[in-house]
Amino acid sequence: MSILKTEELTYTYSVGTPFEKTAVDHVSLEINEGEMIGVMGHTGSGKSTLIQHFNGLLRPTSGRVLLDGRDIWEDKDKLRDVRFQVGLVFQYPEYQIFEETVFRDIAFGPKNMGLDEAEIKRRVLETANDIGLSEELLERSPFDLSGGQKRRVAIAGVMAMEPKVLILDEPTAGLDPAGRDKILSHIRAYHERTKNTILIVSHSMEDIATFADRILVMNNAKLFCFDETKKVFARADEISQIGLDVPQITRVFMELKKRGIAQDKEVYTVGYAKELLLKMLGRREGS
Amino acid sequence: MLKDVTIGQFFPGNSIIHRLDPRFKIVITLIFIVMLFMGSRFACLAIGALYTFLAIMLSGIPFKMFLKSVKPLLPFLIITALINLFLVGTGDVLWSWRFLKITTGGVNLSVFMLARIVLLIMGSSLLTYTTSPITLTDAIERLLSPLKKLRFPVHELAMMMSIALRFIPTLIEETDKIISAQKARGAEIDSGSFTTRAKNLVSILVPLFVSSFRRADELATAMECRCYNGGEGRTRLRQLRSARKDYIALAVTVFFLAGVIAADKLLPF
Repeated sequence: MSILKTEELTYTYSVGTPFEKTAVDHVSLEINEGEMIGVMGHTGSGKSTLIQHFNGLLRPTSGRVLLDGRDIWEDKDKLRDVRFQVGLVFQYPEYQIFEETVFRDIAFGPKNMGLDEAEIKRRVLETANDIGLSEELLERSPFDLSGGQKRRVAIAGVMAMEPKVLILDEPTAGLDPAGRDKILSHIRAYHERTKNTILIVSHSMEDIATFADRILVMNNAKLFCFDETKKVFARADEISQIGLDVPQITRVFMELKKRGIAQDKEVYTVGYAKELLLKMLGRREGS
Repeated sequence: MLKDVTIGQFFPGNSIIHRLDPRFKIVITLIFIVMLFMGSRFACLAIGALYTFLAIMLSGIPFKMFLKSVKPLLPFLIITALINLFLVGTGDVLWSWRFLKITTGGVNLSVFMLARIVLLIMGSSLLTYTTSPITLTDAIERLLSPLKKLRFPVHELAMMMSIALRFIPTLIEETDKIISAQKARGAEIDSGSFTTRAKNLVSILVPLFVSSFRRADELATAMECRCYNGGEGRTRLRQLRSARKDYIALAVTVFFLAGVIAADKLLPF
């Protein structure tokens, strides 16, 4: 069942000034419940603008955004509820931290929802656990934490609202590989536990390939394609034409195919590649 | 929403007004202001208006932008007009109610003042619309440089101004971003009761201060890395050079000023 849907969504910045620019151009798409979606696109392709429509931060110039089949702009008073149901974590979210303790900062969203103390406490503890923040950190000042920890506090702040759809805009930008893997695995664990819909904007094809069920590609304000991961990466030539890349391992296999060594070119994770190569090697040894 | 602020905004372009030497533009703007305040007759104002509209047309910037520049000052304009309307007691009484009365003198003066202020805003917006903040502060530094002899820190002042101007758009963008992020967490910023809104302001101000201090620190380091140590002996990438068009523009402005003075002194009505 589709949970989020856009119909001919269009957004134009600074209408009527010399800076007028259409950032999202007639985008229609449908996102199903429980899906894990990767969002790709060049800088300035309109992906950040697009995702800000999903929770009603931006109002479409034309077109509609539907959450559970209801236009989110139909009733302006319910817009806040939409924001609790569609959680949005911005790029470099650590700048949104402002409270004195980690606990209180994570609790800011749930508190705005009007939940009672016990429920807030449960949610904060649970998400802190999900995202890998130990309990003794919760009473520390968030400004004393490391970059990666701050990032996780900020993500937890949105997760604690338990949104039906969680959108993360480049959650791993600017982190070292260890910090990146940690955040991604925590997000995956959260997805396993809650089965909520998750959208992740990322520039790393490797990351997207490992988690995404489907990939949404934006190019020049338009929806370039929105399809299953392997089908998107199968269009490697077109993808590289719009300035994006396929995972390194996919490129290796495309070259292997060109040389007639491998048959399969829909390879996009190292694990699968390893399996495939071992099988090929085994067969050769056998014959 | 914060992006709609137009005061101090720069619209890149290549019109004759854009290409004028910024030092001349500043001086011309000062003469323009004097021009508006010299005359006390409608004829003088008409000459000022003609000058303003000519300059606006030459700049190639849509007239709508100039109307937008007046908009934020609208409450101030209305109050000024009302004060003039009710408090000036000269001329014939047109309307009165208890202690309030409107006279022809009041009407005249309030229209006059309103037109004068609107022209003033539009004309000075033209300066910032057509001159990038950096060249503007450059020009100010050069114009004030005689004060260096009096040990007035001209360079430091100009540097402070250009940094401040440079960071206005950055801070606006940052504020916008923080507001969005907190709204995404359900903070009521443009809705809700006054007290909740005031409380939620903390969630915007704290991150804004934190990032401003961080930015200031980074900027200072970056400047030191490039061996910045004040204006002493510093050369410029862009030299300001005056050309014939600058003198012509200045001459035209002075001519209009003379016109205003003449109209004020000579016209019988």
